[in-house]
Parts: sequence; C-alpha cells; structure tokens
Amino acid sequence: MNDVLFWTLAVLAVASGVMVFRFDSMARATFSLLTSLLCVAGEVLLLGMDYLGIVIVLMMTIEMAIMAVFMIMYMMNPAGLMPMTMIHNKRGAAVICVGVFVLLAVGIFLAPWPGRRGKPPADVTMDLGMSLMGPQMLTMMTLGMALFATIVSSVVLATRRGRYDRLGDDLRAERSDDPVRGGVGR
Amino acid sequence: MSLELFMLLGAALLCVGLFGALTQQSIVMLMMGLELMLGGVIVGAAAAWHYIAPAAPDGQVLVVLAVTAMALEMAIGFAVVTALFRSREVDMTDMAAELKE
Amino acid sequence: MAETTPLWAVAVLPFVLVLVALGTAHFDALLAADPAANPGREVLRLLVQQRRRTNAADELLTRLGVVLLPVAAVLAAVVLPLGFRSVSDLADGIVWFNAMEALAWAAVWLAGWGPNSTLSLIGGYRFLAQGLAYELPHMLAITTAALGAESLRVGDVVDAQSGLWFAVWMPAAFVIYLLSAMGMAFWGPFDQPVGRDVAGGAAAELSGVDRIVFLGGRWLLFVVAAAVSVPLFLGGGHGPLLPGWAWTLLKTAAVLALLVWVRRRVPGVRMERYVELAWVVLTPLAILQALVVALVVLNR
Repeated sequence: MNDVLFWTLAVLAVASGVMVFRFDSMARATFSLLTSLLCVAGEVLLLGMDYLGIVIVLMMTIEMAIMAVFMIMYMMNPAGLMPMTMIHNKRGAAVICVGVFVLLAVGIFLAPWPGRRGKPPADVTMDLGMSLMGPQMLTMMTLGMALFATIVSSVVLATRRGRYDRLGDDLRAERSDDPVRGGVGR
Repeated sequence: MSLELFMLLGAALLCVGLFGALTQQSIVMLMMGLELMLGGVIVGAAAAWHYIAPAAPDGQVLVVLAVTAMALEMAIGFAVVTALFRSREVDMTDMAAELKE
Repeated sequence: MAETTPLWAVAVLPFVLVLVALGTAHFDALLAADPAANPGREVLRLLVQQRRRTNAADELLTRLGVVLLPVAAVLAAVVLPLGFRSVSDLADGIVWFNAMEALAWAAVWLAGWGPNSTLSLIGGYRFLAQGLAYELPHMLAITTAALGAESLRVGDVVDAQSGLWFAVWMPAAFVIYLLSAMGMAFWGPFDQPVGRDVAGGAAAELSGVDRIVFLGGRWLLFVVAAAVSVPLFLGGGHGPLLPGWAWTLLKTAAVLALLVWVRRRVPGVRMERYVELAWVVLTPLAILQALVVALVVLNR
C-alpha cells in the first residue's frame, strides 16, 4: 500500500515538475508546480512527519496562489495563447543536469548509509516543538530574524512610495495621500 | 520504499528544478525552478530523518529550514523583480545582465 | 475520545454537510423574502441550463477550481466532531483544517482565471487580496484555541472546554474567527469576490452544473467554517441534559443563524479596507489574546 502511494506520488511529483517548464500558460505552470510540491508534502506525510507535511500543504497552496499573480504580472505571454519560448542555453543546462543527477544517483547507491538508529517518538509534533523551543532555539531565532529582515527588505524593494509621499515633506499632512484608502481611516 | 528510492526522488526533483533555473530567461520562472530544487531537498531531509535518525528531531528542523528558505526566496525574488521592473522595465535575466554594460 | 468512528461515516459526511447547507440556504432565502432566491428552485433551474462557453477558455483549470472548492470543504470537515466523534480526529487536526481551507485560495482563483473573462479574473484576484487580509488574524485565532488546550487535536480542544468555553475567556479570538469564517467562504459582508459590481466575479462565467458545484461548494465551506467554531470556541458537545450530538447541532445552528442574520444587517466590506483593519487592528489584537492565553496556561 505504502509502496503504491510512494510510486504514485513520486511519478506525479517529477512529471508535474517537468511540466512546469513545458506549459505555455503561466497559470498552468504555477499550478503544476503546486501539484509537484503537494506530492512532496504527501511523501513527507508518508515518512511520518505529520505536522510538517500538513504545513507544507498549507504554505505551498497560499504561496502558489500568490505566485500566480506575479507570474501573470511579469510574463509577456501569461495565458500562453501565443506559443513562444523563453529559454537560453538549453543544451548546456541539460548536460549539467543529467551529469548532476548521475553523480547524485551514483553517490546515493554507493554511499554506506548508516543503519536506522532509534525509533520515532510517539508524538513527532511535540518532539519538533520541544526541539525548536529548546536545543534548537538558536535556529528558530535565526529563522525569525531572517523572516523579519525579509519582510522589511521586500517592502523596501517593492514599494515606490515612502512616508514623505504619503504625509507631505514635513510629515504634517492631515490625511495621508494614498492611491487607495484603507479601512482604519488614517 | 527505501532510503535510496526517496533520495533518488529528491535528486530527480533537484535536477528538474536545476534545469529550469538554468534555462529559463524569465526571473519568475527561474524562481519556480529554485522552488522545485528546495522540494527535492525537503524529500531528502525527510527521508534521512525517517531512515537514519528518527529519534533525533534534527531532520525535522532541517525541513523547517528548507520550508522557510522557500518562503524567503519567493518574497525576496518577487520584491527584486518588482524593483527591477519598476526602475528599468526588465523582467528577464539576460536583460538584467545587460544593465551593467 | 476513545470511541472509534465507523468507516461509513466517510460516505455520510458529505451528505450531512449538503443537508445542513441546504437548510441554511433555505433560512437565508426565508430572510430574503424573495421567492427567486429559493435554493431548490435555483438548483433545478441551473440543472437544465445550457452550458455557456467563453472564447479561449482554460476548461481544465476552470473545472479544477470549481470541483476543488466543495472537495476542500469536505476534507476540512473530516476533523469536525459531531458530539465527541469526528470522522478522523487527526493529531494535527487544527492545522489540517487550516490547510484544507487554504485550498479555497487556489480554487477561487482558478475558477476566476479559467474562463478568460475580465470580470471573473477580477473576482479571483479579489479573493486573493481578501485571503491575505483574513488569513493572518485567522491563523492566530485558531492557534489561540490550540494554545488554550495545549494540543492541536480538535478532540482535546473540546475536552479542555468541559468547564469554561473558550469563547468566554478568548472573546477576541472568537470574534476574529467568526469574521474570517465569513471571509474564507467569501460570504455575507465579504462577498466582494463574487460581488454584484463585477457581475458575479469569480462565478460570472460559470453556468449550469459548474455553477451549482461552485456556489454549492461555497455554501459547504461556509457551513464547515461556521461549524468549526463550535468545537474550537463553544465547547463542542459539552452541555447539560442533551446528548453531545444534539448540543453540537444546536450550537452550529445558532452560529449559522447569527452569521446569516449578520449578512442581512451589515453592509459589504471591501477587501482593501478590511486588509488594513485586519493587519493594523485585528492581528495585534489576536497576538495580545494569544499572549493572555499563554500566560494563563503557563500559570495553570
């Protein structure tokens, strides 16, 4: 049963991963990537990481829905109604990728993998939480800082307007000059 | 199901993603390749956790790390595309490379 | 919670949900006092309607979006307990519910994109904007409920409320949850994604069976979202005299009635206004609420 699941998910993941770069329509490409990543989440669930598998489903669904917006915004041919290719250096890339895959596959089969040590804990989620809030606290804090820095820097990069545009040169405007008014009435 | 098969799946996803990242001209498509590569990393990390050291939570922490990296890469990527497009009307890697000339 | 659920519950679940959704839709039509709004008549009309086609439509993605909406609702309902039993009381039930409900993002956008029509695409984009608005406080609100019970299992959350309901000592989280329940089902004051000003938005080009499935799926999602507030905040099956399932049904009916009433009383909230409210007011409020609950739990 698990074998069937593994193979179905694996084939679907790789196939839809390939289709990402073959579809002309950006919407199809994005949702093909979502299919691939949902299969990855399925494999993670199959391996017994309940919480992380579900979190991947949650994150990737939302991420891909937002990604679709950007894809369509920044592609000159979003719906793929006029087929065109936008790729470069196909042959070189193919050689590199096949080479890397062969190298990895050889490594995987030749590596002396250590045997399984120990058993998964009864509550995997609790184990993860205890670890992140205990011995791995530093990792968690670094991730938190990285996420915060990302929020700040992506807003700085993406926005064109600063507070002087909103509130005037001396920041004393009665009401902010926004293209779209918000709901709090600032 | 074995460790080797899961690792092979991870490697396959990584290479498909790498191919996309190397060939695509559009920056947003390039990022989809990166996402796929990180998907492969997740499969590998989860398999290593399950088959080598399930008692230690480190494998799970690695998956958390990969998932966060995915989110960061997306956010920064789109912000950079938006900034590039706004200032130079550029949305392809080759055009961005020409900017330095 | 040790009782196991028989397998046939899986098959029965969708029908129960459809029945509750039909009941709610009838109640809504009753309040509207408009015979044309009768859901049974509307379904029959759509069943015999001929399918409309648009030029260069992406049929596959449209179908996918249309079907995904009810499927997401039913999947989310898997962790929903009737009394003290759910179809499957997953260890991470609350995260599961959140993940399945997030599938609606993809579903509505796909249904809006597929027909290759401007107005329906606007509807799809509107739902994404609305999603960004409601999702942050929503996640914090359901996390607060999990925090109060110290478990992500919905059954444990119900157990933790045998004394005091969470709605009583987490009022902010409860209200935020109800708001986002309407938001995620793009329903009532949050119906801009299928609003009249864009001629039906994401559903503008859907016709016949597609339309039944999509709008029916939205009702299902609404019912499930409202029903989950019962185990999370209103004590699930706990209550005097009556058995657990009766209390669950009663409380669910009360929440549904409240939300239907709100729809008739409150004007629409546009997503660009709600996003500022959600991020500037509701998110900090939800974090404060979580902090209070965390302090209480730590000192228990």
